[in-house]
Amino acid sequence: MARALINVPKTAKRGDVIEIKTLISHIMETGYRIGVTGQPIPRDIIDDFVCLYNGEEIFRAQLYPAIAANPYISFFTVATASGTMSFTWTDQHGKSQVQIAEITVE
Amino acid sequence: MRQKLPITNRRSRRGVLKTAVVLAGAAGVLRLSLRPAAATPEMLVDAIRGVVGEVPVNKGKVKLDLPPLVENGNSVPCTVSVESPMTAANYVKAIHVFNEKNPQPYVIGVKLGPRAGRAAFSTRIRLADSQTVTAIAELSDGSFWSDQIDVIVTLAACIEETH
Repeated sequence: MARALINVPKTAKRGDVIEIKTLISHIMETGYRIGVTGQPIPRDIIDDFVCLYNGEEIFRAQLYPAIAANPYISFFTVATASGTMSFTWTDQHGKSQVQIAEITVE
Repeated sequence: MRQKLPITNRRSRRGVLKTAVVLAGAAGVLRLSLRPAAATPEMLVDAIRGVVGEVPVNKGKVKLDLPPLVENGNSVPCTVSVESPMTAANYVKAIHVFNEKNPQPYVIGVKLGPRAGRAAFSTRIRLADSQTVTAIAELSDGSFWSDQIDVIVTLAACIEETH
């Protein structure tokens, strides 16, 4: 679907609060703009973002057209165990993109 | 030359002019209706009620961070943080951000849990006009807390046309 950037610390101490930064390239067309033909440009947005840490949901965001193009979201979590974090963006048509990051917790 | 035109012809010309004026007016109305309507205060109140129900919203605990003067409304950094110990017994369940004058009152809604460690997030938002932005946090005990900030936008988002 698109290029996604994720910033998760590679290693962390158990119990540390870590910051996760995510960015995905997406036009986030609001549906309120008028195109050259005089017709409104149809809406095309990512409306759901979810982060799973070893399969458990730790963060979910509902996005609306008021989110800027190339949605950037950063949030926090407690480093509990080594494993994978998966990030899923889903657009309004139900198409989704998954990105995986590994973390080692000591 | 004009005075030489027969009366009937002159009338029809007036008729044509009238029609043109009416058409132009109709086109103007159409154009206006195509413009994105700004969210009304009622829409904002409805949107907030949809989230909080009838529970009173308290001021405090939440900190909404936006630049007070925004040069470009297409991408405005927005950070919300909530004072909370984020333990299993006392944590922030959700944070919602609303605006006053974009076509839609919703900006973002996030769900958190005690595993977040810190109840905060950042994103970039669009603002169609100088307006008040509101953040509301829902705590695990069912209470709601909010913060508001006034933002001045010099270049608005959403309404520019593409060329």
